[in-house]
Order: sequence, then structure tokens, then C-alpha cells
Amino acid sequence: MMTLQIVWFLLVGVLLVGYAVLDGFDLGVGFWHLFTKKDEHRRVLLRSIGPFWDGNEVWLITGGGALFAAFPPVYASVFSGFYLALFLVLMALIFRAVAIEFRSQEEGKRWRNFFDWAFSIGSLVPALVYGVAIGNLLGGVPLDAGGDYHGGLFGLLNPYALLIGVVGLMMFATHGALWIGFKTEGELSEKALNWARIAFFAYAGLFVLAAVVSLATQPQHLENYKEMPVLWILPVLALAGFAVLGLLILKRRAFHAFLASAALIALLFLLVAAAIFPALVPAVDPKLSLTAFNSSSSKLTLSWMLGIAIVGMPFVLGYTVWVYRSFAGVVKADDEGYGH
Amino acid sequence: MDATILARIQFAFTAGFHFLFPPLTIGMAWILVVFMGRWKKTGEEFWRETARFWTKLFTVSFAVGVATGLTMEFQFGMNWADYSRFVGDIFGAPLAAEGIFSFFLESTFLGVLIFGWNRFSPKMLWFASLMVAVGSTLSALWIIIANSWMQTPAGFEIMGNRAVLTDFFAAALNPSTLPRYLHTVNAALMTGAFFVVGVSAWYLIKKRHFRFASESLKLGLIVAVLATIGQLLNGHYSAVQVTYTQPEKLAAMEGQFETQKGAGLFLFGLPDAEAEKTHFRVEIPKALSLLATGDPNAEIKGLKAFPKEDRPPVLATFASFHIMVGLWSLFAAYVAVGLYLMKKGRLYDQPLFLKASVAMVPLPFIANEFGWMAAEVGRQPWAVYHVIRTKDAVSTNVSAGEILFSLLVYAAVYGLLFFLWTYLLRKLIRKGPALDDAQGKEVTP
Repeated sequence: MMTLQIVWFLLVGVLLVGYAVLDGFDLGVGFWHLFTKKDEHRRVLLRSIGPFWDGNEVWLITGGGALFAAFPPVYASVFSGFYLALFLVLMALIFRAVAIEFRSQEEGKRWRNFFDWAFSIGSLVPALVYGVAIGNLLGGVPLDAGGDYHGGLFGLLNPYALLIGVVGLMMFATHGALWIGFKTEGELSEKALNWARIAFFAYAGLFVLAAVVSLATQPQHLENYKEMPVLWILPVLALAGFAVLGLLILKRRAFHAFLASAALIALLFLLVAAAIFPALVPAVDPKLSLTAFNSSSSKLTLSWMLGIAIVGMPFVLGYTVWVYRSFAGVVKADDEGYGH
Repeated sequence: MDATILARIQFAFTAGFHFLFPPLTIGMAWILVVFMGRWKKTGEEFWRETARFWTKLFTVSFAVGVATGLTMEFQFGMNWADYSRFVGDIFGAPLAAEGIFSFFLESTFLGVLIFGWNRFSPKMLWFASLMVAVGSTLSALWIIIANSWMQTPAGFEIMGNRAVLTDFFAAALNPSTLPRYLHTVNAALMTGAFFVVGVSAWYLIKKRHFRFASESLKLGLIVAVLATIGQLLNGHYSAVQVTYTQPEKLAAMEGQFETQKGAGLFLFGLPDAEAEKTHFRVEIPKALSLLATGDPNAEIKGLKAFPKEDRPPVLATFASFHIMVGLWSLFAAYVAVGLYLMKKGRLYDQPLFLKASVAMVPLPFIANEFGWMAAEVGRQPWAVYHVIRTKDAVSTNVSAGEILFSLLVYAAVYGLLFFLWTYLLRKLIRKGPALDDAQGKEVTP
């Protein structure tokens, strides 16, 4: 049973990493969307994520479903506790989805302008809120004995959580700029690499700040590291990852930098997971934390779910890789799309 | 208003709005597969553009379905935290499976379908359309499994304060899963078919794109005929299942207060929960017993057989059920006329029939909504039938104000989505397929 619980702790993590790495770049593209004024550029930006973004978002839906199935109390506490924050994310994702599909269906300036904003704000809000949510988890959530959080939206907006939120935002911004860097050409690609440089410095700088603040204010998260010193390899790898990423960005090697950025995102998730394990929602009072061991579904459910994942995910990975390969290469303004 | 009522209104509104789209896209997806198949087979430009045009209408509708579907996935945790904790061991798995087996499939291959027209072979695009159809039809299976478990829970036991899975197959294939799945997918085929028929009829009225419109209308009508006949069987199968597994719901759908042998079927009536009787009844004697059990003298339980606090709201259940069935009669009459005209070879030149076809487009949507209402209102006062009451399922840490606020924003945003959806559909339909009219008129039957 404990093995299954640990496996599902990791699998939920894998789904979230999949989401962050894949949808992360299209959220990042949305972040930069308004930074270019040319309609042609904006069309290319949307076209660059067109065949992928919808599938990428399914990682979130599946992650949410898996969390519900494997750790129902966690799903219930987080989704009801972070109510307005999640509602904001939902609204953002709804506007974003519609904006991507509808924007180029109409020639009118006001129409396109409206959806450009919807796409950009709709990308920025989730990219920021995800980090804020993780910041709140790291900082500890004031859960009551019933596993409920009563603090409302403003309770979530504490300085520490906001700091983590901005780190996350810059992470997605870097990731998205690199995607633009190798999926487009000419002026837009050059621009994107400049954006990537700016975002990267903010990302790396704020990460170091967040790490220092975390070490100073959240010493409880070092316990796993003390127990298993081998885990220290994760922060070392993360720092190395930042160095490699920075170097590749300075050398303007967009594609390789993008891969490095993806690996770094996965590493940072692992870093957080290693800090909070076995808790999924660390509570202010550690006794009330929702953990993989006290909040999981039954053995039967976890086993069935594992079976479903083992049967289903290879197919998903297979055709996802196929689609990325089929649509590989630089995107041009007159490529097939939603309409022009 | 208290949080429970507001959470219920919010669920009803967001689910009801979302439910406009999946039936349309599931039904259309299969019609699209046929058009793609003809293109694959003939290689003819005409079929390519026909398939492409319907893909565009499909995509616009699918986008709104995806956007509003996200809300559903989050809402259980947001507004129904105690429900989620109680049923998560069983209810979460189908939602996760829906993601793994359906959503990835349909969204990935829809991307191929939107962006791949100049990149892939007709065969590949046909395959992509098939995967979109399979994916969306499978997604209905998973969500119906989850919802049917709320209607007729099985394969679990209560341990402490939660329902724990004891038998996966018993839970997934609970008594109402199969009938409700068939009924719903059948309704989806009707929705898609009537949509295709109505849009095609509009072109015929406007004397545009004759070949495109007549081919589309013909295929749509064939699907509509088959699905309307199929719904007679599947709807009946669903009602029989309700008789045996949720007798309160049947009594409410039929407005039956008294338990009696040889119960009559009310074609019309006004159930009065206070007075415990149905006024203004137009009744076919013994018909309910006969239809529900096959025996005209079988006993049908009335609402009075159940404690008042366990009865569903009878008026809403009765009315929505009867509107759904009434609409089916209209569909049946319409497809009978259509079939007759098709046999006579007069399908494309009867202005009255074509106008009626256009007017039919919204009706399957309305039937879907009322059918869904009959099913879910008829389940009340339970969130999970005889297991957990709706009032015990709501989040206790979310305030009425928060729900009201989000409800108002949903109303505004969904209103805007509805406007944009109809606006774009209208625009795309007016513009028409990329076939010139001359090419369309060349080939007349």
C-alpha cells in the first residue's frame, strides 16, 4: 500500500511536470504576445502553439482528475480552499482557449485586439497563480482539523507566496520565449531571444532569492534532505541547470536552451517534491498536513488507476511525440490555421 | 440564499451550458468521419471542401465545449468538497480515465485536423477525424460512468465517512451506465444530424452550393432517421432501468402519487406536490405499467410510497421529462416526412420542409437539456442516490458570497461565449464552403 501511495505521489507529480513543461511554453508565448505589435507576428505566435496547446492543457485536466482519484481530500481541500484563485485561473483559461481559436476568424481590429488581450492576460494569470499556489504549499496552509482552509483569497497573497509566484511566471516566460526563438525566424525570433535573456535573469535571480528566503524561513523542508543527503544532488543539479540554461541563452541556441529549460522545470518540481514529501498539502500544524499516506484512496482504486495509467499513457506519449514531430520546423505567417 | 442552493444553481447553470456542446460535437464528429472517408476514397476536391467546411463549424463548437468543460472538472472540488472527499475513491477514477483515454486523443487529433490540411494525406486526415470521433464518444462513456454511479451506485461500501471501492466493474458498469450511455450518445447523434440537416437546408433555401447542401442534407437526414428510431429503443431502455432502480424518479417523471396496479400514462398533467396529486390529467389507461414492465397490470410505485423528504421535486421532473418526450414525437414526425420525401426524390425542393429543417436545429439541444434535467432533478434530494444527500455534499469553507460572485461572473462570461459562438457559426455558414456555386450547380441529381 505504501508503495502505491508513493507511486501516486510521484505520478501526480509527473502529470504536473508534463503540464508545466508542455503547457508552460504556450502560457509563456501568451505572456509575450502583446510585446509585439505586428499582426503578422501575433498570428505566427498563435500558429506556433496552435496544434499543441489543447493537448498540453489536457495534462492539467488529467492531473486534476488523478489528484481527485488518488488523493480526494487533497483535491477537495485545495480546490475549495483556493476557491477564488482557482476561479480566476478558470476564467483565464476559458478566455484563453476561446481567444486562441477565435482571434483570427475575423479581420476587424477591435475583434483581434480584444482576443489578443484575452490570450495574453489569460496566459499570464495562470502562469502567476500556479507559482503562488506552490508558494502557499511551501509556506504551509492553515488547515483546520477537517482539512479545510478558511483564509480566502487574500490569505493566499502573502509576500513569500507571491515571490514564488513571480519565479514561476519568469520560468514560464523564459520557456515560452525560447519556444518562440526556435519556432519562428527573422525579426520575431531575434526579439524572442532578447526576451528570453531578460526573463532568464529575473528567473535565476529571483530563484536564488526564493531559495535563500526558503532556507531561512521554512527550515522544516530540510528534514528530508537531512535524512537522505543524496537529495542534495537536486539543488546542485538545479544550479547547474540555471548555469547551462543561461549560457545557451547567451549563445542564442534557442532549441537547446528550450530543452535545458524543460529539464530545469522538471528539476525544480522534484526539488519541491523532495522538500514536502510525503505531504501534498503541508499544514501550518504538521499534524494536520494532508499526506500521501493519510489522504490517499483505497488500495483497490490506486491499483486500478495505476493499471489505467500504464495502459493509457504510452499511447498518449506516442501520439503526442508524433504530433510534435509532424509539426516540427519553423512556422510561417501563411501556414494553415484557424482562418486568417 | 444559502451556499447549497447557490452551489446547485451554479452547477446546474455551468453543466447545462456545457452540455449544449458535447452532444453537438460528438454527433458531428461521426458525420465528419463519413465525409472524410468519401474524400479518402474518391480524392475529389468536392469532398475535401465539404469535410473542411464541417470541420470549421465543428472546431468553433468544440472550442466552447473544451473551455466550459474545464469548469466542470474543477467544480467538484471547489463547490462540493465534502462530496469529493466522500466519493473520491470511486468518482475520481473515471474523470482521470477520461483525460487519459479521451481528452488527449480528441484534442491532439483535432490539432491535426485543423492545421494539417496541407501537411497530411487524406488517409491520415480521415484517421484523425476518426480519432476525434472515438475520443469524444469515449469521453461521454467516462462521464456517464461517473454520473450513473451517482444514480445507481454499486461496487462500494461505506467505511467511516467515505465510500470505498470494492468492485471496479460493478461500480463502472452499474445498472444505469449502459442504458444511459446509449441514450446519451444517441441523443448526440440526433443533435449533430439535425444541425447538419438544418444548415444544409438553409443553403438549399438560399439556392447556394446545391451539391454540397444536398449531399450533406441527405447524410444528415439518414443519421437523423436512424437516431430517432434508435432513441425510441434507447429511451425506453433507460426508462425501464429507472423503473427498477430509481422508482421515486419514475414516479416523479410520470407524476404518479398513488401506488397502483395497471397504472395509466399521463400525456399531460400538472403535478402538485402539496396536494399530492396530478391535476388536469390526460391519461392512457394501464399504459405506464405496460411500458415500464411489459405487463399492463404490474404495480407501479407512487410518490406517496416514499417519505416526503426523499421525494424528488415532482413538477420539474415531470415537466422536463414530458417536454423531452414531446420533442421526440416532433422529431419522429419530421423524420417520417423527410423519409417520405427522400423516397419520392423531392427532398431538396420543398420549401416548407426545408424551412422546417432549419427551425428544427435548436430543438435537439432543448431536448438534451430537459432530458438531463429530468435525470438529475429526479435524482434529488440525493447527490448519490440513497447514499449522500445533496445538502451534505457542499463545501463548508466556501461562502455564499463567493459562490454568488463566481455565479454572476459565469453568467456574464458564458453569455459572451454563447454570443461569440452563434456569431461565428453564422458568419462561417454565411460564407459557406470554399466551393464555387457554379461547381455546385453542375451536378444536379
